[in-house]
Amino acid sequence: MIEPQQTLWDFMGQQADKLGVQTLQHIGLTFISLFIAVLIGLPLGIYITRKKSLSGLVLGIAGILQTIPSIALLGFMIPLLGIGAKPAIVALLLYALLPIIRNTYTGITGVDATVKEAAVAMGMSKWQVLFKVELPLAMPVILAGIRTATVINVGVATLASYIAAGGLGEFIFGGISLNNTNMILAGAIPAALLAIIFDFLLSLVQKLNFKKIKGAVKIAPVLLLVLSCLYFIPSAYGGKLTAGFTPEFMGRQDGNLGLQSKYGLKIHTIVISDAVMYKAAQEKELDVISGYSTDGRLKAYNLIVLDDDKKIFPPYYAAPVVREDALRKFPELEKTLNLLAGFITDSIMTELNYKTDYLHQSPERVAKDFLVAKKLYRADKGGKEGVVRIGSKIFGEQYILASMYTMLIKGYTNYNVATKTGLGGTKIVFDALTNDQIDFYPEYTGTGLLAILQAAPKTVTQLQTSKDSTYNYVAREFEKRYQLKWLKPIGFNNAYALMMREKQANELHIKTISNLKRYLDSK
Amino acid sequence: MIKVERLVKTFCTTKAVDGISFEVAEGETLALLGTSGCGKTTTLKMLNRLIEPDSGTISINNKNILEAPPETLRRGIGYVLQNNGLFPHYTVAENIAIVPQLLKWDKVKTDKRVSELLDKLHLGKEHLKAYPNELSGGQQQRIGLARALVADPPVLLMDEPFGALDNVTRSKIHSEFKALDELKRKTIILVTHDVQEAFELADRIALMDKGKIVQIGRPAELLFKPANEFVSGFLNEQRLQLEFKAIKITDLWEHLPEGGRKTNTSSLSADADFWSALEQFKFIKGENLNILNQQSKEIKNISFEALMAAYSQYKHLQPHD
Repeated sequence: MIEPQQTLWDFMGQQADKLGVQTLQHIGLTFISLFIAVLIGLPLGIYITRKKSLSGLVLGIAGILQTIPSIALLGFMIPLLGIGAKPAIVALLLYALLPIIRNTYTGITGVDATVKEAAVAMGMSKWQVLFKVELPLAMPVILAGIRTATVINVGVATLASYIAAGGLGEFIFGGISLNNTNMILAGAIPAALLAIIFDFLLSLVQKLNFKKIKGAVKIAPVLLLVLSCLYFIPSAYGGKLTAGFTPEFMGRQDGNLGLQSKYGLKIHTIVISDAVMYKAAQEKELDVISGYSTDGRLKAYNLIVLDDDKKIFPPYYAAPVVREDALRKFPELEKTLNLLAGFITDSIMTELNYKTDYLHQSPERVAKDFLVAKKLYRADKGGKEGVVRIGSKIFGEQYILASMYTMLIKGYTNYNVATKTGLGGTKIVFDALTNDQIDFYPEYTGTGLLAILQAAPKTVTQLQTSKDSTYNYVAREFEKRYQLKWLKPIGFNNAYALMMREKQANELHIKTISNLKRYLDSK
Repeated sequence: MIKVERLVKTFCTTKAVDGISFEVAEGETLALLGTSGCGKTTTLKMLNRLIEPDSGTISINNKNILEAPPETLRRGIGYVLQNNGLFPHYTVAENIAIVPQLLKWDKVKTDKRVSELLDKLHLGKEHLKAYPNELSGGQQQRIGLARALVADPPVLLMDEPFGALDNVTRSKIHSEFKALDELKRKTIILVTHDVQEAFELADRIALMDKGKIVQIGRPAELLFKPANEFVSGFLNEQRLQLEFKAIKITDLWEHLPEGGRKTNTSSLSADADFWSALEQFKFIKGENLNILNQQSKEIKNISFEALMAAYSQYKHLQPHD
């Protein structure tokens, strides 16, 4: 049953093409943004040495930019610049600005006043003083700033994959989602190496004496440009349609791998976070996306699901997965959680998701409205007989389910509840469960089968016959391997699906994934 | 040559320079002497417009310097700073060649001039490729001087040029400075707080206090005809040594005995000060000294006693304070 463990080298060998592309993209992203940051930061840094009254303001703003969490900064960029390289480069360059401006300012103000006076007194013009005296003498400090900015950028650029800008983050976040350590390392190790190598190379430049720095500074812009261009090499070949897949989807048998092997689908693909994927599809930046069949944004953005005519997406029935010791500790728990079983159908879940994702109602409110409507809601009993810890993954549906369970437990039992919502991906939340950091979380049968149990393709094919066979297999294996219990399914099937804009799909006569494949192959 | 009229510069509310006027003749060395904060450096820096005056006029060779572009003005004025201000990222040769480069001299002319100056300042050619931090303080100061002199500017401004040097190095450079023929043709304005230095190097001294010139005149005038108590107080501490340096043999000429037996020792110019005449006696122990008066072409041969007697007679004739 268990396949032989794949080593990191095997993985990197298999994925060498992709690794190369991602590394080039990563270097490209880092240096495009660095180049622009130098173009902006250096003159700005020089300007504030001339207008000292502005220095506080400029350094203050650059400092604030630096403190914005990188994910949030990328998030700010999406409404302004959409997805892809542009917002990623802007976000990266905003990060790189502070060290460059600050070090330029410090470097130039730090030049010996006597030397500057001598330069002026000998009849140098303002520009001559700047280029012959101030910049050369400030160069080691400025280079230190650029070095800091480079290392920051290599790190932050891993996050660029969230908004479809590519880079080594694709493997890192794909690996986290898929519980695939090799994939994580295949992204993380090259990213770390890049940071170390660039830091080392720049430290060498910094140590050059004044004479050699003159030459190095002349080569630098050319080198920066060349490194920047690396980004565009991989994206030079495109296709008729562009697909945006989540990192998780990219590496799954029931995802992109299945699309390639079962359907032979070849499509120009970019990796993107699911938070922005739907919007990008609506805004025609993407044509095909990988979504969830119960996602509320389907309805909001006029997307349709392509029929999976070769059945590569296994069913994803949601059910709470609970630690067995938790069930013993909280005897009332199983009964309470099962209150929800069978209540939520696909269409209800889509509707609930639509309320949170599109109408921006809070998950708590949506959960309460639903429970009240179904007459399941009871007021908080203020229980004190222990605390049940609920986990959830980082998307709306899981927040809603977590909220419902919270209300049910508080209303029907004397337990209190602590929630740990927004745990990154399957791996993170599942590890939290097995390490006794949470007591249960809502999981999907398909995820359990493929991402956690990592079942062999043969097993998967066998199980695809009915909804119950997957559930039974997963429940049995979880019990055996992890001492975890699957409670009754909640009712809906949140399977993977390929989606397109309704209008475009109609125009191109694409109803099924096979239709899509035929369209892509036609000339 | 240089004419300064009613120059005023105010920083915030303090008047750093308060309406001063003076003139410097061609080839003359004027020392601006005073304590820190008296306005001497501010005055100097207004002459090459490192500081722009609030009011007043400055003209060099009858041209108002405030009308020309400052860069052109500065390329024609040598400037020597206390902490030399050499470019740490330039070699010695490059440092000296800064102004020629700005004036777009060709390489041959520049190189020739640089090595000529190195010779005159007793610096070896091996220093050309060195960086300033590899040189001693005295050598750095000489490079600073070479840099100021390279384009042969008629005017030289010096801001505490020897202030950062130790006493031994300073007196060595002082004597080199006086001996350097390049400097004899130049109009020099020298800022210093060191009374000795002013007396030794300057033809005239402008003693400044609180932004004003208290007295301007030859060293001997300041010593023997002080304008007020401030002047005499300022000089009192080192009066004897200053007098020896301020009095020239020509001042004592009429009190020295005529003729006398010629010895074989070399002769001293009558333009030298009393101090150097006394120093000469150290070398010729017990013998007489030949003194040559260039103007009258006379030579007097005098003993140590005769010299001292002339000095006391001269002193006797000066007004007492």
